[in-house]
Order: sequence, then structure tokens, then C-alpha cells
Amino acid sequence: MSYTEATLQLLSPEGRLVESDASAEYLPLIQQLTDQQLREFHRVMVVTRAFDVEATNLQRQGQMGLWVPSMGQEAAQVGSGFAARPQDHVFPAYREHAIAHIRGVDYVDIVRMLRGLTHGGWDPREKNNFHIYTLVIGSQSLHATGYAMGIQLDGDTNTGDPERDRAVIVYFGDGATSQGDVSEALVFAASYQTPEVFFLQNNQWAISVPVSTQSRTPLYLRPSGFGIPGIQIDGNDVLISYAATRKAMDEARSGQGPRFIEALTYRIGAHTSSDDPTKYRTQEELEHWMALDPITRFASYLRGRGEGEEFFRDVDAEAADTASDVRRRTLELGIPPVENMFDNVYSEPHPLMQQQKQWLADYEASFDAEGAAE
Amino acid sequence: MSELQSMPMAKALNAGLRKALADDPKVLLMGEDIGPLGGVFRVTEGLQAEFGKQRVMDTPLAESGIVGTAIGLALAGYRPVCEIQFDGFIYPGFDQITSQLAKLTNRHDGTITMPVVIRVPYGGHIGAVEHHQESPEAYFAHTAGLRSVSPSTPHDAYWMIQEAIASNDPVMFFEPKSRYWPKGDVDLSESGRPLHSSRVVREGTEVTLLGHGAMLSVLLQAAEIAAAEGTSIEVIDLRSISPIDYDPILASVRKTGRLVLAQEAPGFVSVGSEIAATVTEKAFYSLEAPVIRVAGFDTPFPPAKLETVYLPDADRVLDAVDRALAY
Ligand SMILES: Cc1ncc(C[n+]2csc(CCOP(=O)(O)OP(=O)(O)O)c2C)c(N)n1
Ligand SMILES: [Mg+2]
Repeated sequence: MSYTEATLQLLSPEGRLVESDASAEYLPLIQQLTDQQLREFHRVMVVTRAFDVEATNLQRQGQMGLWVPSMGQEAAQVGSGFAARPQDHVFPAYREHAIAHIRGVDYVDIVRMLRGLTHGGWDPREKNNFHIYTLVIGSQSLHATGYAMGIQLDGDTNTGDPERDRAVIVYFGDGATSQGDVSEALVFAASYQTPEVFFLQNNQWAISVPVSTQSRTPLYLRPSGFGIPGIQIDGNDVLISYAATRKAMDEARSGQGPRFIEALTYRIGAHTSSDDPTKYRTQEELEHWMALDPITRFASYLRGRGEGEEFFRDVDAEAADTASDVRRRTLELGIPPVENMFDNVYSEPHPLMQQQKQWLADYEASFDAEGAAE
Repeated sequence: MSELQSMPMAKALNAGLRKALADDPKVLLMGEDIGPLGGVFRVTEGLQAEFGKQRVMDTPLAESGIVGTAIGLALAGYRPVCEIQFDGFIYPGFDQITSQLAKLTNRHDGTITMPVVIRVPYGGHIGAVEHHQESPEAYFAHTAGLRSVSPSTPHDAYWMIQEAIASNDPVMFFEPKSRYWPKGDVDLSESGRPLHSSRVVREGTEVTLLGHGAMLSVLLQAAEIAAAEGTSIEVIDLRSISPIDYDPILASVRKTGRLVLAQEAPGFVSVGSEIAATVTEKAFYSLEAPVIRVAGFDTPFPPAKLETVYLPDADRVLDAVDRALAY
């Protein structure tokens, strides 16, 4: 269930740089990162974890119908999230809170969706092309592939202008790899050679079903059958997540076709707030993966590079502030107007929507009239 | 200035698609075998040669893939028109149509549009094997966020496909495949009509007949026979399955007092059921008889040698007319 010989890694679980033949081509991409960029990796991982913990609490206290934790998957998300450029398009599943944050989504907008105020939560065009969450497993892989086909039709790959070249990155889980839509997306992506990176977060479980039920071969091998190069990375190593995605996205943007990355990681929390993982997985397994925690690992690396304790204290303080800010603003959220139910079903006027909206307004007004008459 | 030309529906659709492709560089066609072959019904014949492989795409053989990538292309600013090869092969794409295409505008709180057309050759009368003769329109009419239409003449096919492509909402475009070949006059200058409008195609006073797609030729035939027997029948072409344009229907029922609905699709939980209920509610005091439905049986579409029994014909329609008149 853990790393294999094929697993690419730049940081050992102890937080030391790994210099190997396999990692050699990725190291230069890390060496280009500034101290500030490295600090930002840590900051987003820590702040998102604090948000995740706060959201879990808010759900338990009845403030959300459901919560979908991201704990444990921060490195896979933050590394790949920072590898995409602002003009790229990101198609998430529903657990990519760290990437949402990187692209400019307010954490409270994620809360609004899971609190039952909206099915979406943001306009992707205002959030650096971070699309809304998709709950039907695997569906977004086809939307991403179609979007990438559109970029190609626009002629926006390999233009020679790095500001114009664009690509798409799509996130999905190990369970999703069994969906027909993901296979169809790989077929279309290969056929049209789309500028696209398939980013699989293999967190070992699809609710209670282990990845071994989805696939008897390592999942990074799956795309090769479609003619798409695949690699496996240590998804708890933020540096390889960044470097591998950076390379794959650069290749996609420059017109070399689709790429596939399997990030081995682990869902430390429950599948959702409705789940009870003790029914299907062992304490030993959980402890094994907790020892590989992505935040501790990267913090050790930063300390090894001489980062002072003040930085870590500041980030922790910011995380606590963010969590309490999310709590405060969650409690202030109102209920959307009832008309919303009818207003956005179609873009153009529709008689049923108009009639039913009017009927409901009259019906509700009839109670006011009765009250007034008494 | 009208430019009347006689042509079959398949050619009229081809002309409509060609005009849409020529007028708007964002319009794309996608589907199985729609390129060099021109589609199994030749509706897209010559279009790939004219507009190129990038705009008229032979896709991999995967309906969910076709609809799902069309959604992505629509998000990227394109206006894809997808061809589903036959009615019975739409189901692998059903999830993308109903859970994604139909709901994405709503899920985005109205901040995006989904200008995607799904063209579906549908219905019987062609003696084909299983999965090639079905009428699945009720599934889609039942889904909020979709619009559904079905032309019955070459002329309507010509302008309706263009209006469907111009719509910013997803449109299910049901093409009565048995009507692909009979010719009719098409006015190539037609444009700008409202997509969701029903139409009185024959005026009469005693009974109203209502249907869509290939049913129209059956209804007109029934009206002709009835006229010879002295019964005056009004025939309405529904044209839009969702939303339904009720005004002409209610006006007609208020005049005749009798409504017979005909459709190829099974009658249980169908478009006809919906119209029957609504007309009863809205025109109750004008009705001289209950609304009567003539439909395909609630069985799977039968093997071809039995299709003439399954599909409503003029006799079954006239039997219903007699029953309506007997009240
Ligand atoms: C088509 C579909 N079937 C079932 C579900 C219910 N469901 C929600 S999440 C999930 C497991 C997904 O596992 P995976 O793809 O590995 O993603 P993870 O939740 O582990 O991030 C299931 C079965 C769904 N949302 N969509
Ligand atoms: Mg999983």
C-alpha cells in the first residue's frame, strides 16, 4: 500500500533532499523556487489543515450538513496547485480545498456549498479558473478534457508566448479510476492529444473500498494502455508534487499532449463526516501514514534549510486566525432567497419557472393575507 | 424574400447546420461517423470537407465522452452540436446529460451558460433492429435544465436546428428519422422564430389532434379520412416537448372541446400524460370528453415485424376520435 520502486520522491520522510537518478530531472525545478515560494507551500498546507479541522468541528456542531476532509493530502494538493499557472484551468473533484485556496476561492465558499446554501459556490472566472466541485465521481474528467480540446482549438498551446499557452489539470481519486468517464476522458485526451494533466490522488480508499478492489496493477500504469505517459510520485512530498506537475503542465502547454500523475497519499480523516473508518481500516495503517505526514516532513526540510521558529509560529497564528474567521463568517451566513430555486435553472426565460415562482409567491402571500384578516 | 426549395429533412438539417457553422466560428459538430461518411443518416454530409476536421469531429465511440467533452468545450466558449447515432444509444451519455449538462448552469448559480445541442434521430417506422426505433424524449423532458424539441417537416427542421444552436441552454433535438427522406418546401430565408412554439397545421372544429415528430403525418392522414366521413379535425404540431407551448393547444381545445394526443413513445408517464393533465386542469369547462391518449404500448419496442402494431396509426387515432365524439 505504500511507496514502490517507481515512486518518485524529492524529500525523504525525514525531510531530507533525495538525490537519485530518477529525481535528477526534477531537482532543478525545485532549485528555482525562492525562499518565499517554499514558505508559501508550508503556509497553505498549515492554514488549510486548520480550516479542515475547524470545518470538521463546525459540521459536528450542526453548522454543515456534511464535511469532506482533506487532511493528509495537503502536499499532493499544494505542490500540484502551485505548479499550475493563473491562465490554466483546474477541474477539482470535491476534496481539493488547498488548491481552491491557492486559486483564490474563499474557504467560506466551500462551507456555503456543504452547508446547503448553493450547489456550487463560486464563479470559476473570478477564481483563476478553478472550477466548481463535482460530486458525481469521475464526471469532471470529461469536462476537463473538453476544455483542453477547446484550448487546442483556440490555438493556445506551443505559441512561443508562455503567457498565452494554457493547459488543464484535473483531479480525481483512486475510486474514480474505475469510472467509465475517466477511461473515456483518457481515450479522448489521447486521441486529440489534449494539453492536460490527469492528477490522481490515490489516498488508498474509496470510502470503505481499498484501492486493490479498483485495480490489481499500480494505477500509474493505467494510462500507458491509452498511450499517455504516467508516473507515480510520493504524494506526501510537496516538492515532487510541485516539480512533477510543473514538468507535466509545461509539456502539456507546449503541445506535447496529455500526462498522468499518480500521487500516493492517504486520507487521514474519515471519507466524510458521515463515515466511520474504524469499520474498515486498521490503526496500524493509520499510524503508518501519520508517520509520513506531509506537513511535518516539509517543516523539517525548511528547518534544515535554516528557517527560523518565528516563521512557524507566525504561520500557526495565521492558521488559528483563519479558522476562527471561518467560524465567525459561517455563523453569519444567511439562507438564500427562495427565488434562487427558479432563477438559474435556465439562462433564458422559461414558462414553467416563471409560473411556479409566481405560484409560490402567491401561495406564501396568501398566508400573510390570512394573518392580516384575522 | 423567401427562397423556397424542395428537399428532404436530412438535407434541410444539413443546410441548417451548414449555416450555423458558417455564421459562428464557435459552432462545432461532434459525433460518431459524422465526418467523411456524413453520419449514418447523411445529415452532416460534406460538412467536414467544407469546415475541416477541427469543427466537424469524428469522435471516439463513447457517448458519455461526447457529451462530457462537449460540456468542457461549452465552458471554453464553444457551441457544440453532438450527434447521437440512434435513440437507443443515448443512455451511455444519460448521466452526463441529466446530471451535468442539464444542471451546470444551476450549479454555477447562473454564472455560466451551456449552449450544447444533442441531436437524436429517434422513433420507429424504419424496420430496424432493437435500440434503433425508440422514443426516449420523456426522460429528458422530465429533467429540469434541458429543453427538448422535435420538428416534423423539413422546413421546421431547417430553422429549428439553427434556433437550437443559438439557444444558451442545452437543447435535446429529436429528429424523427422516418421523416428524414420525404421532401417538403423549405424557406431558406427563415430565421428568428421562437423555438418553443406549437403550430396549428390543419384547422377543424370537432376534435383536436396533437402530436410531434413522425406522428404528424399519421395525424394529418387521420384528419383526411375523417374529413371524408364528415368530421372536422384540427391538427396541432407540438414541435416543442419542453417547455410546452400551451396557448395554441388550449385555444384549440376551447374551440373543439375534444383532444386526442398521439405519440410513438410508451404512454405511461409520458409527454402525452403531462399534456392531458394540464389541459384537463386549464380547460376543464371546455372539454366535452376526457383527453384521450394514443401511444406506443408500455412494452419494449417490439421486433420490426410487429412495429406496425405497436406504433399508433391512423386507424388507432380515428378509434380514439370516435371515442371522444361518443361522449
Ligand atoms: C457516480 C458516483 N457513485 C458513487 C458516489 C458516492 N461516493 C462519493 S465519494 C465515493 C468514493 C470516491 O473515492 P475516490 O475516487 O477514491 O475519491 P476520495 O473520496 O477517496 O477522494 C463514492 C463511492 C458518487 N459520488 N458518484
Ligand atoms: Mg480515494
